Amino acid sequence: MATVRVLVGTRKGAFILTSDEARQAWKVSGPFFAGWEIYHIKGSTVDPDRIYASQSTEWFGQLIQRSDDGGATWTPVSNEFAYEGVLGTHQWYDGAQHPWEFKRVWVLEPSPIDAEVVYAGVEDAALFRSDDGGQSWRELPALRKAKGSLWQPGAGGMCLHSILIDPTDPERLFTAISAAGAFRSDDGGQSWRPATHGLKSNWELPDPEAEIGHCVHSITMHPSRPQVLFMQKHWDVMRSDDAGENWYEISGNLPSDFGFPIVVHAHEPETIYVVPIKSDSEHYPPEGRLRVYRSRTGGNEWEALTDGLPQAHCYVNVLRSAMAVDALDSCGVYFGTTGGQVYVSPDSGDHWTAIVQHLPPVLSVEVQTLP
Amino acid sequence: MIRVVLPHHLRTLANVGKEIELEVSEPVTLAAVLDALEAAHPMLRGTIRNRNTGRRRSLIRFFACGQDLSHESPDAPLPAAVASGAEPLLIVGAMAGG
Repeated sequence: MATVRVLVGTRKGAFILTSDEARQAWKVSGPFFAGWEIYHIKGSTVDPDRIYASQSTEWFGQLIQRSDDGGATWTPVSNEFAYEGVLGTHQWYDGAQHPWEFKRVWVLEPSPIDAEVVYAGVEDAALFRSDDGGQSWRELPALRKAKGSLWQPGAGGMCLHSILIDPTDPERLFTAISAAGAFRSDDGGQSWRPATHGLKSNWELPDPEAEIGHCVHSITMHPSRPQVLFMQKHWDVMRSDDAGENWYEISGNLPSDFGFPIVVHAHEPETIYVVPIKSDSEHYPPEGRLRVYRSRTGGNEWEALTDGLPQAHCYVNVLRSAMAVDALDSCGVYFGTTGGQVYVSPDSGDHWTAIVQHLPPVLSVEVQTLP
Repeated sequence: MIRVVLPHHLRTLANVGKEIELEVSEPVTLAAVLDALEAAHPMLRGTIRNRNTGRRRSLIRFFACGQDLSHESPDAPLPAAVASGAEPLLIVGAMAGG
């Protein structure tokens, strides 16, 4: 019987939630790395026992932990993230140029074809790659040459938070950086170009259609159709049918098109999920009602999913990395909140239950489907 | 032997007790103690000093003999009582406030 393993990163440690296919009874393990912020924890699809965790605090900096036994035991691997070549500068809040300075790892993306290869997206924004399971890291510095001098930090920092690898062509990579935009490489990260044509940021940028500066919150793809990308931007839910060359809006009838995560159903490439948030000024659900919205048409036509979710007095947020799907026949959808709840729907979003209700604020949720 | 007291999170990370002892050759400076600490416990690299710049992380403090040594030169000799092992060097996570 298949099982699912939900990897949860929080402000105060990591938790691992496991269940069988029914996804009704859950075993909760943790906290791992108690007291540390776990920005992201994700397993390899090539070797599901190989899991990486980004562990940090303001006090003690960044660590990367690796498990080779499905999260039972962990070993620190390299935390040396040295920018390559001339350090360079980016825009600072006062308009001056500011040297790149490593702060933390926001996202870890294991390769879909090689268990030893893993990418790390960091703040200040850059992309690193390890070919030895995290024992060493090297920057792919060409990304910062994609007009990096024009990038500037948003309120959450200048973070590279999203990495997509085309499973049919691992040389094609996509990244997204807050307040900078989305970027694409077709040569394994040796060269990059902005992938922002069609994005409009009417309230955030003096030139709403500028190539650089869009606050992309998350991007995703279905592995069977990697030329189709979905994006939750600061405002606007967007879609590209040509691998990021052009984007168009699919916000449709959403009550708000501001939000953070966006995910695709495991078996239906046109079924996507978002969690609308009231606004950039008020990071909680509209009307205090926590609703996941599902589109079965690839966008524009959205339905509210509310069964089992609080429909009054709910003022939590769902952060960009805190939503995921499993790959069971009846696709499970999961998300974690800043209030410490992790919800599961074992039926593609129709019904929801809370697996846990009182964790620290949830930063990330990833799911492994195990045979 | 030089005595070093680590904060809770770093004790857990290095899997050591509250106080550890290190062999440090003369002159006993803060930099020499931290070099010896990181050599004995490599997982601590980057947690006390910035991995890229070598500077003290901003929320780390160094106390000894009732003094705050955080702003002293890392190459200055530590107090004789620390060098002799009579007193420990305390590595402290700064108060968060609030």
